[in-house]
Amino acid sequence: MNFIARFLFELQEMSLLAGRSARGIFKKPHYVPESIAQMDYIGVGSLTIIILTGFFTGGVLTLQTYQTLESYGAVDQLGYLVSISLVRELGPVLSALMVTGRVVSAISAELGSMVVSEQIDAMRALGTDPIRKLVAPRILALLVTLPLLTMISDVMGIVGGWAVSTFLYGLPSQMFLNSVRDGITTDDLIGGIIKPLFFAFLMGTIACHKGLKTEGGTVGVGRSTTSAVVMASIIVIIADFILARALQLILGTQT
Amino acid sequence: MMTQDSIDRTIDNRVSDQAAESTFKEVDDTDRAIPAIEFRNVTMIYDGRKVLNDLSFKVMKGETKIILGGSGCGKSTTIKLVLGLIKPDSGQILVEGEDITNYNENNMMKVRKKLGMIFQEGALFDSLSVYENVAFKLHEQGVPEEDVESEVRRMLRFVNLEDAIDKMPAELSGGMRRRVGIARALVGDPKIVMFDEPTAGLDPPTARTICELAMKLRDLEDVSSIFVTHEMNNLDYLTSEYAVVNEAGEVVFEKEGEKLCLINSKVLMMRNGEIIFSGTDETLRRAEDPYIHKFLRGH
Ligand SMILES: Nc1ncnc2c1ncn2[C@@H]1O[C@H](COP(=O)(O)OP(=O)(O)OP(=O)(O)O)[C@@H](O)[C@H]1O
Ligand SMILES: [Mg+2]
Repeated sequence: MNFIARFLFELQEMSLLAGRSARGIFKKPHYVPESIAQMDYIGVGSLTIIILTGFFTGGVLTLQTYQTLESYGAVDQLGYLVSISLVRELGPVLSALMVTGRVVSAISAELGSMVVSEQIDAMRALGTDPIRKLVAPRILALLVTLPLLTMISDVMGIVGGWAVSTFLYGLPSQMFLNSVRDGITTDDLIGGIIKPLFFAFLMGTIACHKGLKTEGGTVGVGRSTTSAVVMASIIVIIADFILARALQLILGTQT
Repeated sequence: MMTQDSIDRTIDNRVSDQAAESTFKEVDDTDRAIPAIEFRNVTMIYDGRKVLNDLSFKVMKGETKIILGGSGCGKSTTIKLVLGLIKPDSGQILVEGEDITNYNENNMMKVRKKLGMIFQEGALFDSLSVYENVAFKLHEQGVPEEDVESEVRRMLRFVNLEDAIDKMPAELSGGMRRRVGIARALVGDPKIVMFDEPTAGLDPPTARTICELAMKLRDLEDVSSIFVTHEMNNLDYLTSEYAVVNEAGEVVFEKEGEKLCLINSKVLMMRNGEIIFSGTDETLRRAEDPYIHKFLRGH
């Protein structure tokens, strides 16, 4: 009971935070430089890990499925299989998890240490709303960059799959690429963009909420960082399932 | 650290003009009857423990309220309540006659424009340089950069730290951080200033400088303030000296005596979230209470 009450309370607090930061994005003053700095940190800064994860995920998918497909005589479907798994599932989820590890932890640690060193209080005392100045730019930056990072990860995954099939198994390039092109539908691409938007919103809200709720000195910063990363990862995976089902119903795609 | 000469030099004309005005102006505006800060039966509870218990006091316009009290008696909590950073569990808090108890964050922002707060640990923004820290308020208000720069330099000169303008907070000593915090809080000339143990852990000359700063604000700029401290020499400075501008236009500090008796510094002593003394320093020194005795003499 206590657990449920706490959960509902936290959910309410998070919704309030999300609402206030959403208002902060549209109302003046607009923190444009802050948002751009965050996009640079989150987006450009995460490129390397996103490229690497994408590439090797595509590679390993090919590695694991090639022989199975070959025994059914269906290697011409390899590109389809790899790209559909990437665009629909692995790209969005893995990118979100990687960004969670890198960015959600950083955001909650930064905001958490600002809380314990009274910098958040100082900001409020100086007449600036920390939600507009700190939270809104971070959530906005995640909303802009995560879909882009996901797309990059998808493309790199397909490149990885292609590289393994071509160089390891000697599959003709054209066969792989044709099945990628024929296999992917617009609905898949739309789903591939909608998911990271939801993830970004959830991750940003959780990271900022946990950071701002930090209590108890430096130990507290560690605690809130850990719980932000754990919570964001779990929520991403649960939300992925719900979104996948919702998209199936809305777009009418059947796998 | 700072000699009398250098303090005088750091005061610019603007300050002296105002000083002349406020020293010789007749005090008759009815406005002064409204306290700058008023607490009415304020109670604050943390984890089921009453940290402040039924606290009531007033800080009049132009008055400095020195709050004394042992560690953990609720001094920082009190001044955080004035800024609305935390909300009381019961009671009322008024700032310039305005009841702020139930103000939301939006309304509070307007009230905070009148207030300056110096945090116990400085609370400088780590990611910003000294310049950007002091300029924070002005940058937020979109003031043009030339004006920002001259104001920041003026404030840093006020705390004698102009050399540190390009440093990052991590490169500063504790006392320097505290003084940057003071400069940052005084930007925009707030009429009410809260000092939270501004001299703790500083060497005596720097501590003296900070007290002189508080006296200048009190006597020359008609600022109301709460000055939290548990150092006795702070109390001595603030209750026995006052700042005046001499014929040469310099700020000097004079001892109270036949010429003038200080009435704009009052003392409040707290213990376990309650007020155990309120009055002038003379009555404090004559008080019978054994705890006050011990506090004043250390044994
Ligand atoms: N966030 C908090 N949660 C729980 N208790 C708190 C919190 N902040 C302060 N307290 C408690 O409130 C009491 C008063 O704290 P406060 O910081 O006001 O003391 P203080 O008088 O400023 O002490 P010091 O001179 O050491 O700065 C302390 O006993 C402290 O334990
Ligand atoms: Mg304190």
